[in-house]
Amino acid sequence: MSSASSGSLDVPRIAVADLTMAYGSFVIQRDLNFTIRRGEIFIIMGGSGCGKSTLLRSLIGLMQPTRGDIRYDGVSFTAAGLDARERTLRRFGVLYQKGALWTSMTLAENVALPLKEFTDLTPAQIREVASLKLALVGLAGFEEFYPSEISGGMQKRAALARAMALDPDILFFDEPSAGLDPVSSRRMDDLILELRDSLGATVVVVTHELPSLFAIGDSAVYLDVETRTMIAQGNPRTLRDTATDPKVHAFLTRGELAATAG
Amino acid sequence: MTADRPEDIGVSTAARWQLSVERVGDDAALVHLTGSWKLEDRLPDPEGVAQQLPPGRPIRRLAFDAQGITAWDTGLLAYVSKLHEWAAGKSIEADLAGLPEGIQRLLRLAAAVPRRQTGATAARLSWLARVGTAAVATWQAAQGTVTFVGEVALALAALLRGRARFQGSELAIQIQACGSQALPIVTLISFLVGIILAFIGAIQLRQFGAQIYVADLVGIAMAQEMGALMTAIIMSGRSGAAFAAQIGTMQVNEEVDALQTMGLSPVEFLVLPRLLALMLMIPFLTVYADLLGILGGAFVGIGWLGLTPTQYFNETKSALTLGYFAMGLFKGEVFGVLVALAGCLRGIQCGRSSAAVGLAVTSAVVTGIVCIVCSDAILTVIYHVLGF
Repeated sequence: MSSASSGSLDVPRIAVADLTMAYGSFVIQRDLNFTIRRGEIFIIMGGSGCGKSTLLRSLIGLMQPTRGDIRYDGVSFTAAGLDARERTLRRFGVLYQKGALWTSMTLAENVALPLKEFTDLTPAQIREVASLKLALVGLAGFEEFYPSEISGGMQKRAALARAMALDPDILFFDEPSAGLDPVSSRRMDDLILELRDSLGATVVVVTHELPSLFAIGDSAVYLDVETRTMIAQGNPRTLRDTATDPKVHAFLTRGELAATAG
Repeated sequence: MTADRPEDIGVSTAARWQLSVERVGDDAALVHLTGSWKLEDRLPDPEGVAQQLPPGRPIRRLAFDAQGITAWDTGLLAYVSKLHEWAAGKSIEADLAGLPEGIQRLLRLAAAVPRRQTGATAARLSWLARVGTAAVATWQAAQGTVTFVGEVALALAALLRGRARFQGSELAIQIQACGSQALPIVTLISFLVGIILAFIGAIQLRQFGAQIYVADLVGIAMAQEMGALMTAIIMSGRSGAAFAAQIGTMQVNEEVDALQTMGLSPVEFLVLPRLLALMLMIPFLTVYADLLGILGGAFVGIGWLGLTPTQYFNETKSALTLGYFAMGLFKGEVFGVLVALAGCLRGIQCGRSSAAVGLAVTSAVVTGIVCIVCSDAILTVIYHVLGF
């Protein structure tokens, strides 16, 4: 986590090369090329239906890309054998769009499950670590609650606690602020920043929330829905000011400038 | 000092962390942390620090020196957090400045939102209170059931007046699911039940040389009782469970709410097509089960008891009257209504989680089978009293 990370420092944490994803013959996105440095907050942005979530699903191994390669610390993930793949998966923490907490378990049990399965901690230690993770996301005292008994924002934070259970090197967020009010959404952004700074984790976020992506994004790719590939890459704030492509510009300015100009 | 490990650091096999406590000044202690502090390193119990404190005046302040830490993760965080708590309990002031930057930030983050006093573990109720709670819950469940049956009755009334709103295609899908798709399992079960009945009867009847009466026994038992009963139990496990799962999942996804806010009654839209489909299909399945059971009996009679097909057919024909079939059909219809109602009721009552769907399905099948057997007992007594 903080100090002893594997791999040398100049190898990018994630490298995507010539990635093409398709459902059958229907191409979602093609020829994607980008790298994500360690400790970076990387945004995957684009309009609805452009394939943001599909890219995320490919990155976390839920979907096999049609062509191309995804490398973690220089090691291919797409071509990895079962064991290597599982070891890589263990380094991920994923926050799904709707939280995806297991509804039949309490929050503490949700966080404890990966600890129970993948570490040899004693039950007492597991309880402590689970409480600690819940405290980190501001849910101290909610250990015995079931997901159905807490609000949507709290469910998302609890899901984040579960995603962090195994001290992941890389955290993936699918629409972290979807369904949250502006204040909760802001809190989620702060939490992401704080966790990145203190844990040194690499963060990949799928979002189209402008305030959020300007606030936290170090770097970003823009996936276009019509040409089915990426048409811009860079820091989101810089892109907003300098992007020449009208689609990227309209997206990052909510179409306001385009509207006044046209 | 180190904890249960050899002095030689180079060949360390056990713990990769090191901990030592040193007294600084009058009432302060400095905790030295070195090595790897990760979850998998079997970290020490924070209380251990107390035993390592050098003797002397009580400690008031605790400081950390973490220069030598090579790697850490949640393990160190949990350790420090617990130590912090322990120190607070002994009114020892802990100065976290010597810890890694990340740990300090995380500890601040964890303390940012105060622990909520939820009182989740409420005091255990007395037995009287528990009996009361259970009674109230039972009463509410009974009210819910009666309300549901009432709503279904109103929906049926609306249907008769031609005012019920549901999709014909849904009815067709349900008819297919409850009807033709159930044929294979009904075939297998009723044929086997026929064989079982024939065997049990044959063993007794053979002692009197009256094995021909196996045909009467199987025919009457299937037509009057077993055909309807076995079909209903199969439908409870198949269709009743499916109803509860479908409607329950819709409940979880707020689809039922969506229907309601559009002014569509879930009872008309979801329950009616399922109830009608089962009501329409169960008589056919029952008759089919009766015939397959008789076929099973014939299989034993001809294959094992040495009867000819004609003998068996004639004997069955003379034993059975349409009345027996009618009694079975009426029972089957009652069972079908109960199974459909149980399945839909549990689906509608389903909670908002995936676990609740599982409970709804289990409950639908259990309720269905209990209803089938109870109503069967009642109907059998009524038939007897009425002299059928």
